[in-house]
Amino acid sequence: MAAISRDDVAHLAKLARIDMSNAELDHLAQEMSVILDAVARVQEVAGSDVPPTSHPIPVNNVVREDVVLPSLSQEDSLSGAPAQAEGRFKVPQILGEE
Amino acid sequence: MTSIRSTAAQMAEALSAGTITSVELTQAHYERIGEVDSEVHAFLYLDKEGALAQAAQSDAKRNSGEIQSPLAGVPLALKDLLTQKGIPTTCGSKILEGWRPPYDSTVVAKLKAAGVVILGKTNMDEFAMGSSTENSAYGPTHNPWDLTRIPGGSGGGSAAAVAAFEAPLAIGSDTGGSIRQPAAVTGTVGVKPTYGGVSRFGLIAFSSSLDQAGPCARTVLDAAMLHEVIAGHDEKDSTSINAPVPQVVKAAKKLDVKGMKIGVVKELQGEGFQAGVLERFHDGLDALVSCGAELVEVSCPAFDYALAAYYLIAPSECSSNLARFDSMRYGIRIGDDGVRGAEEVMKLTRHEGFGPEVKRRIILGTYALSSGYYDAYYGSAQKVRTLLMRDFNAAFAKADVLVSPTAPTTAFKIGENVDDPLAMYLNDIATIPVNMAGIGGMSLPCGLAPEDGLPVGFQIMAPAMRDDLMYQVGGALEATLLAKWGAPILDSAPLLAAK
Amino acid sequence: MALNYDQAVAKYDPTLGLEVHVELNTNSKMFCGCSTEFGAEPNTQTCPVCLGLPGALPVVNGKAIESSILIGLALNCSIAPFSRFARKNYFYPDMPKNFQTSQYDEPICVNGYLDVEIETEDGPKQFRVEIERVHMEEDTGKSLHVGGATGRIHGAEYSLLDYNRAGIPLVEIVTKIVGGTGKYAPEVARAYVTELRDILRSLGVSDVKMEQGSMRCDVNLSLAPIGSGSLGTRSETKNVNSLRSVERAVIGEVIRQANRLEAGERIVQETRHFLEESGQTRPGRSKEQAEDYRYFPEPDLVPVVPDSAWIEELRATLPEKPSNRRKRLQIEWSVPDKEMSSLVNAGLLDVVEETIKLGAEPTRARSWWLGEISRLANEREVDPTSLITPGQVAVVISLIESGELTDKLARQVVEGVVAGEGTPADVITKRGLKVVSDDGALMTAIEAAIAAQPDTALRVRGGNIPAAGALIGAVMKATGGQADAAKVRELLLKHLGQGE
Ligand SMILES: [Zn+2]
Repeated sequence: MAAISRDDVAHLAKLARIDMSNAELDHLAQEMSVILDAVARVQEVAGSDVPPTSHPIPVNNVVREDVVLPSLSQEDSLSGAPAQAEGRFKVPQILGEE
Repeated sequence: MTSIRSTAAQMAEALSAGTITSVELTQAHYERIGEVDSEVHAFLYLDKEGALAQAAQSDAKRNSGEIQSPLAGVPLALKDLLTQKGIPTTCGSKILEGWRPPYDSTVVAKLKAAGVVILGKTNMDEFAMGSSTENSAYGPTHNPWDLTRIPGGSGGGSAAAVAAFEAPLAIGSDTGGSIRQPAAVTGTVGVKPTYGGVSRFGLIAFSSSLDQAGPCARTVLDAAMLHEVIAGHDEKDSTSINAPVPQVVKAAKKLDVKGMKIGVVKELQGEGFQAGVLERFHDGLDALVSCGAELVEVSCPAFDYALAAYYLIAPSECSSNLARFDSMRYGIRIGDDGVRGAEEVMKLTRHEGFGPEVKRRIILGTYALSSGYYDAYYGSAQKVRTLLMRDFNAAFAKADVLVSPTAPTTAFKIGENVDDPLAMYLNDIATIPVNMAGIGGMSLPCGLAPEDGLPVGFQIMAPAMRDDLMYQVGGALEATLLAKWGAPILDSAPLLAAK
Repeated sequence: MALNYDQAVAKYDPTLGLEVHVELNTNSKMFCGCSTEFGAEPNTQTCPVCLGLPGALPVVNGKAIESSILIGLALNCSIAPFSRFARKNYFYPDMPKNFQTSQYDEPICVNGYLDVEIETEDGPKQFRVEIERVHMEEDTGKSLHVGGATGRIHGAEYSLLDYNRAGIPLVEIVTKIVGGTGKYAPEVARAYVTELRDILRSLGVSDVKMEQGSMRCDVNLSLAPIGSGSLGTRSETKNVNSLRSVERAVIGEVIRQANRLEAGERIVQETRHFLEESGQTRPGRSKEQAEDYRYFPEPDLVPVVPDSAWIEELRATLPEKPSNRRKRLQIEWSVPDKEMSSLVNAGLLDVVEETIKLGAEPTRARSWWLGEISRLANEREVDPTSLITPGQVAVVISLIESGELTDKLARQVVEGVVAGEGTPADVITKRGLKVVSDDGALMTAIEAAIAAQPDTALRVRGGNIPAAGALIGAVMKATGGQADAAKVRELLLKHLGQGE
């Protein structure tokens, strides 16, 4: 039984930048434990000799030429911005580090 | 006489013959939408102005004798996770409310180039996470067969629009069955092409290594025609296959499966499958045998682990793909009071903007990728993926295509599974292996389950880049069943309008 | 009593690790076709891909892969037969996708080395700096913090984001731990970064301008008591942006850590920032509660599998090693050590070599580039090589050698070229900068000078040769400095009966 505590979920929620109430954390902790129990069976089947697959199709070396293509205009680049100023995305103050 | 109940191929023919114009056809569909969509709720946004302009342009080209693509002037509904320049694109999520992308997805660019008329954007489970369209932030879509039931998901809007004659064609996307399972429960045809067959550029990612856009239609031929419009290599998608598109229209018209070997997957028909679903599935098998195909049983033991692996890989990729929705550059922003910092505003926005299923999967994916758990969860799931591909390779060595029921049950009631994620996830048990291996899969109707009178889907799986094979088998199966039934299956569905 | 550097290294043995980020000079970004040109209006070199818009997908710039392989080859690395991109997941507003597309456990180049030479008390000594990996990634956007007291992050009311830089290709070059340097750790660090810079410049893959941020260095440093055979906890000093700062940052950290250890405190594993003014570092984000980056293979990109024929093709294009080239040129030009290092540090080796190839005499070529041209460049705060071409400098030098220009006139010609007045020939014509060597014209001026200063002329006639200076000066003034002073002197003395 994969026991996931409220603190574990709180840590994950912090990593994922999602604010959560204690009630939500408790609820998710319980759900996560059930789901993890169900999915943990992936560990039973494949031995160390089985290589992982991350790409479903075996294609390598897809590159483009180093050629400049048209960018979006500044207006289009900023078209979705919740706030903007001076041709830039305006965002709440960035705290904590440089 | 062409009507909204005609197939897309018939509409295309009528347009060529000049018996109807694209503007008339488009208006007829908007009328139908006006009549039934308040009940079905297939659409999130209608672009009447743009669609009618596109229709008029197509008519003008036709009048001037310009040769157009076969589907020019035919209307279509677009799943709301493909970007269309200037048209609201929400992915069924509150977090993207009001966002109008400044660019066209490659699928949309191809549709526009082909003169296809895009009616509007269809409802879906938020960010394509779900099997019922109940996870849309904008309310559920209802199954035209029974408005109290789900239309499948995540592409319930696209399937319901096609089933309710609101559009002859639609685009869906399929990460674990989101085109095929809705097709199954709405009595329509849905195809997930080989991974890399259709460009993902502009398809808002749920799980990048699994996502694939594909056609939704009422017939196999219609799906094939749409498939050929949207498929093909795209330099903007590194995972796009650089090879000619399989000739799926030609294959759909073959109607010949004599001598073909049909692999029946042992693991996808026992426990958990509704009796009526299995009964109709066997009708489908019988029909294929009657056409001269040969049935072979194949075993894919790793399929038992596919669902578990999927629910690690998809959430892992989604936890990363959805990180960009942080209110800095687009979408809604919550809590920016001039005092809170960016990080706090991100957290509040993501709390408000994402629904419970999306949060659940982000947290699950964050866990599966985190240090100390990666090997046990994500790493093991990737190995299961290798085993699934080996199983498919072995099975395709014995059979040309593989078949199974598309979904274990017919459409369930809205609200029935919302509190039980695991029960909900089981809907995708038969469709997920296809995505995991990157191969092609199709669902087409094989009858109505005797116990509830609701449609049952028949799934055909083909080897990678042999999408033509599933169209060949699907076309023949469809023709045989239609001959048996005497009328298309959707004729048995309620008419909905005329109240 | 606080330990000074010498006392610190007498007790503790430093271990270095250097991480250098280099912006490649490709035309377009790492994963999209947006231009990489510096200085555009904000958010005009941006597209759905580098803005991280929903639905956008990356496609790798082939030139960036080629440049990375060249770097690996020049650093004696193995080129990985199979390499992949990975996502490094963490949230930061200047990173549009909230993950950086980077490389993790499958980098493009691994296991190389770079030999560097430093001066020690016992003469020159060579150190081998082992390279752990060279990997590709993308740069972030730039944030501007508005409001608040200092204009820095703390106290800012809001921030403004420009994503023109987001997605510019970066290569990160990471050393293995460098031990055994003893007290020479600062010199080794500097020599390594210098040599690396020269190699990257010779490869032509980057502008490698540390001051402008196209090359940035992080210095990892730990101390262990001498003879303990153990490794201490390291600090990581970020964005050390000049060669001198690399050296100073190492010294600063050695002193800081040694004094902490002396005081019985432990070293915290953390990121620190280098303070240019004091040469010290201050703490940044603590890594004790480290971010969990949740790396996984980037599903939107496919593996890079370079074939060996291609690698050999690239290897064949590798230029001469900068250290070898320096030694060769120093001998060819017979340059003193100090001047050679000035040329190298100023980044003038290429242009001087080119100027000499075009026929200029080596000493003159060096002194023009290091002297007048560098002076003009300093005034304008630009790179000397952006002001004038080696061809133009060679022309000016040839005119001096043929006597058509004096040094003074030549300076005016160079100034004119720099001011945008055209080629040296254009400037000479427009400004009328010709040496007056016509005897008739000079004699007229000489006679006028004698007429104006008859007493002086008399003294010269009487054998007081030094007094001729005043007359020569008058002639030079009258001809606007365009006369050849030696010629004037010769004619004047002859005229006053003092010629040989
Ligand atoms: Zn771009």
